[in-house]
Amino acid sequence: MKAKHQRLVLALVALVGVAGAGVLAASALRDEAAYFRTPVEVQGGKAAVGEAMRLGGMVAKGSIKRQSDGLTIRFVATDGKASVPVEYTGIVPDLFGEESGMVADGRMRADGTFVADRILAKHDERYMPPQMGEMPKNMKAAPKV
Amino acid sequence: MHAYANPTRFLAIARPLTPWLLGVGLLLVLAGAWAGLTQVPGDYKQGETARILYVHVPAAWLGMGGWTSLALAGLIQLVWRHPLSGIAARAIAVPGMLFTALCLATGSIWGKPTWGTWWEWDGRMTSMLVLLFLYAGFIALTNGDEGQRQGGSLSRGAAIYALVGAINIPIINRSVVWWNSLHQGPSITLRGSSIDNALLWPLGLTLLGFSLLFGAIVLMRMRRIIADNRVAARLRRLADEED
Repeated sequence: MKAKHQRLVLALVALVGVAGAGVLAASALRDEAAYFRTPVEVQGGKAAVGEAMRLGGMVAKGSIKRQSDGLTIRFVATDGKASVPVEYTGIVPDLFGEESGMVADGRMRADGTFVADRILAKHDERYMPPQMGEMPKNMKAAPKV
Repeated sequence: MHAYANPTRFLAIARPLTPWLLGVGLLLVLAGAWAGLTQVPGDYKQGETARILYVHVPAAWLGMGGWTSLALAGLIQLVWRHPLSGIAARAIAVPGMLFTALCLATGSIWGKPTWGTWWEWDGRMTSMLVLLFLYAGFIALTNGDEGQRQGGSLSRGAAIYALVGAINIPIINRSVVWWNSLHQGPSITLRGSSIDNALLWPLGLTLLGFSLLFGAIVLMRMRRIIADNRVAARLRRLADEED
């Protein structure tokens, strides 16, 4: 075996080792590196009352209700399997709306409502011209949040 | 491959290729920018801010592609010790870092009106920031080192650093799939595109254009390192003759 072949094998073995370590670390981080928790996880008991966390989900159709003070809104965040009511006082991003994704910072209240301190709108991977009401057939469907 | 590792042969190709890459790249970028800003409609939901994707996507692609080629050059340096591989790695680092920074900046500018925040520590953004720091580390490690004075080859440490850093590239790519994130999932995959064709085509122009520009910058930087080497060699010869 020539010296450069030895070096090649050594480099590739080392690379595979490091890549393996990287994949292991990434999969161990699976839950920790998640940016938000989903309604299913929250209802599955993954959120203690009062613990600071982020909740992400779709805003359910027809669920946004503005309260009488004019500033507070209530809506339902859903991931298709479970839903969590959310309450927020303040200004929401322009792209916040029903049937689109959002991420909220806040904590669970004892009555099962998520009280948000801040709301971000989540954009999905679809880009299309405004005159298109329906999604064209040849486009792949966006997965639900 | 060995044939092109010779700097003289490399220059015979790189010299005529550089102006073509530069010229065609600039034309395509300008055409793509014009088309993206004036010829296509805004997005149905984001409106005009979606147009930043014609810069953001090529910048991300070149930031990640840059490190992939830098790591390949590191591997070639380690195994075959080609003199040109170290020069290529040094030449790639600065434009790679620049495009990574451009990707982060355009993403941040888009994030404020879309998400409502300039910056969040989600998987995609954090791993891309790590790539920026990796580039900075590589430049700090190789700038003014022993190898730079001896023709541009990489030290073993720098080559290993380039290879280990490559682990971050698939992590950036998969970050929006493995972990739920604020950044949306991939729009363009092997299964097709979720960007409508009416908005997609200028992206092809800027993607190719910025890639050719990147190639031109790398070739120019490689030629400069080779020219520096020749000047240094000539000065050494002159100094020897005077003795």
